[in-house]
Amino acid sequence: MSDLWDGLSQAWILLWTLDADLVEITARSLQVTLTALAIASAIALPLGAFLAVRRFRMRRLTIAVLNALMGLPPVVVGLVVYVLLSRAGPFGVLGLLFTPTAMIIAQVIIIVPLIASIAHQALRELWSDYHDLLISLNTSHVQRMSALLWDGRRALLTASLAGFGRAIGEVGAIMIVGGNIDHHTRVLTTAIALETGKGDFALALALGFILIGLAIAVNLAIHWLTRTEQEGRW
Amino acid sequence: MSDMFPLIVEGALTRRRGKVLVGPVDLRLEAGGVTIVIGPNGAGKTSLLRMLHGIARLNAGRIEWACGQERAREKQAFVFQTPVMLRRSVRDNLAYPLRLGGVTRREARAQADAMAEKVGLGDALGRPATVLSGGERQKLALGRALIRSPQVLFLDEPCASLDGRAMREVEEILKTAVQDGVRLIMSTHNMGQARRLASEVLFLLGGKIHERGSTVEFFDAPKTAQARAFLNGDIVE
Repeated sequence: MSDLWDGLSQAWILLWTLDADLVEITARSLQVTLTALAIASAIALPLGAFLAVRRFRMRRLTIAVLNALMGLPPVVVGLVVYVLLSRAGPFGVLGLLFTPTAMIIAQVIIIVPLIASIAHQALRELWSDYHDLLISLNTSHVQRMSALLWDGRRALLTASLAGFGRAIGEVGAIMIVGGNIDHHTRVLTTAIALETGKGDFALALALGFILIGLAIAVNLAIHWLTRTEQEGRW
Repeated sequence: MSDMFPLIVEGALTRRRGKVLVGPVDLRLEAGGVTIVIGPNGAGKTSLLRMLHGIARLNAGRIEWACGQERAREKQAFVFQTPVMLRRSVRDNLAYPLRLGGVTRREARAQADAMAEKVGLGDALGRPATVLSGGERQKLALGRALIRSPQVLFLDEPCASLDGRAMREVEEILKTAVQDGVRLIMSTHNMGQARRLASEVLFLLGGKIHERGSTVEFFDAPKTAQARAFLNGDIVE
């Protein structure tokens, strides 16, 4: 129990003094995760809309596979990305292993199926409402997808936030492809793992509390920016 | 004068999961007037309208508009029994069909504002469409259908579940549209409304056109026993 109190007080001290290392790894965590989230959302949200609107052979199989990939083990993703980016791998020439870019790639692979699946569920219901009208208006497939993405944006925000939650707390894959290198690829989660390994539970807990606070702050900020609650009547 | 007519329908049939919903239908419609489709529940009224509009798959026969299929789609609109409300404001709902057609945002909004006034929703422009009452929703659906100046407007029981006042307002909008040259093809359960609006009546039974005639002919001297029974309020199958 004392570890918890020590962790809380140390977290408070780190924040109050704006500890340079803390600021650095927090900023890197945000940079990596938000970049991964932006890229993943740009892929997954249109994919969710596409699966809601289009009928094609293997569609059900595609949806089933996408849903199954929501539980993709991060360590396996990390391993695959490691093999691809390692010197002997097909993309080794790019020199991306143990860089924040490699961490972003791993996070994108992990959260795309999650965001796409949740987006597809939300947009499928919206499509059943809009189907007759949009067909009647003689819309193209792109126009239908655009209408769903725009009118379903608040549900899609939830999908993206779920992706953010998964990415910001991810440790296995980014530990493998990032290497947890000080001042280079160390982020909050890998720092927590490191401090726990060293037996400094207070510092690990402090970082953990900051991570939780950060996740809540980003969620609140996005809700506030998009005015979800004020216009929740949609 | 509309270049869409005559509309020629020959042996048109649509089915779903093996069951014939409507057809085979042979029909020729000329420009002008209001065609009202009536019949008991399950007669195929909605399916007929959807088939003519092109949102129900045509499984047999042909439907030929004088101006060609592609151009015909651009010149017609459909108002559904349960209005589909886009999760946007009243103004954006009205502007949406125009934006699809490439009209600038500013021009589309100006036209939407004018249409809102026309259908009696001038005070509700900024409100979310999903919080409108049933009557307001139907007026919004009508405005959205009329904003691209269609030559043909299909309406599937547009006044079902509306109170008297809302029904009167909707009928006024429809009469104005007819005066503006819009051809109405509409289904209804309301015989009073059919008498007030129709210039001709199609009586559907079992997915087929059982009887067709002018409003006066049909209501005053129906030719078939089933039509007479239907008008008398008897159960017709």
